[in-house]
Amino acid sequence: MTTDHAAGITADHAADIDKHVKVYITVFAALMVLTIVTVAISRLHLSTPIAVSVALLVAIVKGSLVACYFMHLISERRLILAVLVLTAVFFAALLALPALTHQNGFWIHHA
Amino acid sequence: MDIPYTVELRPDTGLTNGKIGIWLFLASEVMLFGALFASYILIRTGAPTWPRGDSILNVPLATFNTIVLITSSVTMVMAWASLMRNRFGTFRLYMGTTILLGFVFLVVKYFEYSHKFHDGLFPRSSNFLAIYFTLTGLHMLHVAGGMAVNAYFLGPGSKLWHTNPRWFTNRVEHSGLFWHFVDLVWIFLFPTLYLL
Repeated sequence: MTTDHAAGITADHAADIDKHVKVYITVFAALMVLTIVTVAISRLHLSTPIAVSVALLVAIVKGSLVACYFMHLISERRLILAVLVLTAVFFAALLALPALTHQNGFWIHHA
Repeated sequence: MDIPYTVELRPDTGLTNGKIGIWLFLASEVMLFGALFASYILIRTGAPTWPRGDSILNVPLATFNTIVLITSSVTMVMAWASLMRNRFGTFRLYMGTTILLGFVFLVVKYFEYSHKFHDGLFPRSSNFLAIYFTLTGLHMLHVAGGMAVNAYFLGPGSKLWHTNPRWFTNRVEHSGLFWHFVDLVWIFLFPTLYLL
């Protein structure tokens, strides 16, 4: 094992980074394909509920790829994952608020 | 006084302070954009009719911009990987490309906005355009902010590489996390505003 003079990086570590780079290229290709899929699906002019569901599903897959691999969440410490789970709960509540304001929704009852 | 835990891990969190700091900031950013997405849902579901984005907006330009931003995320992570491999020259190349791609994104957005204004379409014109300009405008500010930080690390901030390379590498990683977040937001904005 050799130690790099500047960053204190070992040769083993450098090999790890090489593997990471291959993953980045694969994820990049997947993101490009999914971008084309997103646009292609919109050309089908599906009904709004189906179009929204499919578009969001593809966006969630793309977003997860970015978060897991480019942002390294797949190998991140538990504390950060805990912060993000908490954020996801509040985010979901925020997005649910409009639904709760609908007529005869959970909070607002119209006569 | 030196900033603590920039390179070594803080025993109680198992993280550098910069890493936990940027993630907490990104969590607040999720709520900022989340509030606007919730507003979008409220306005759209409450409207009697809602236009399809592609009847007003330019989908080919936005698709091009999506590809530009995703590519910039790859060059950003490659810039960090170059530092991890101790290749400073390659880092500069990737970081410069990332900034350039951010600039391309903003130029395309400028043409999109100009075209809308030329056609008399402003935020006040409709609820759709109001939420479109608000969400994409805020996103553009984030792109510009990320470019400024990245430009600092490409320019004067890169001096740190010669004195404390591990700290510099961590700083670039944190800047990258912000840049990927900006990419992630666009991944949701693109279908929401342009395709549905």
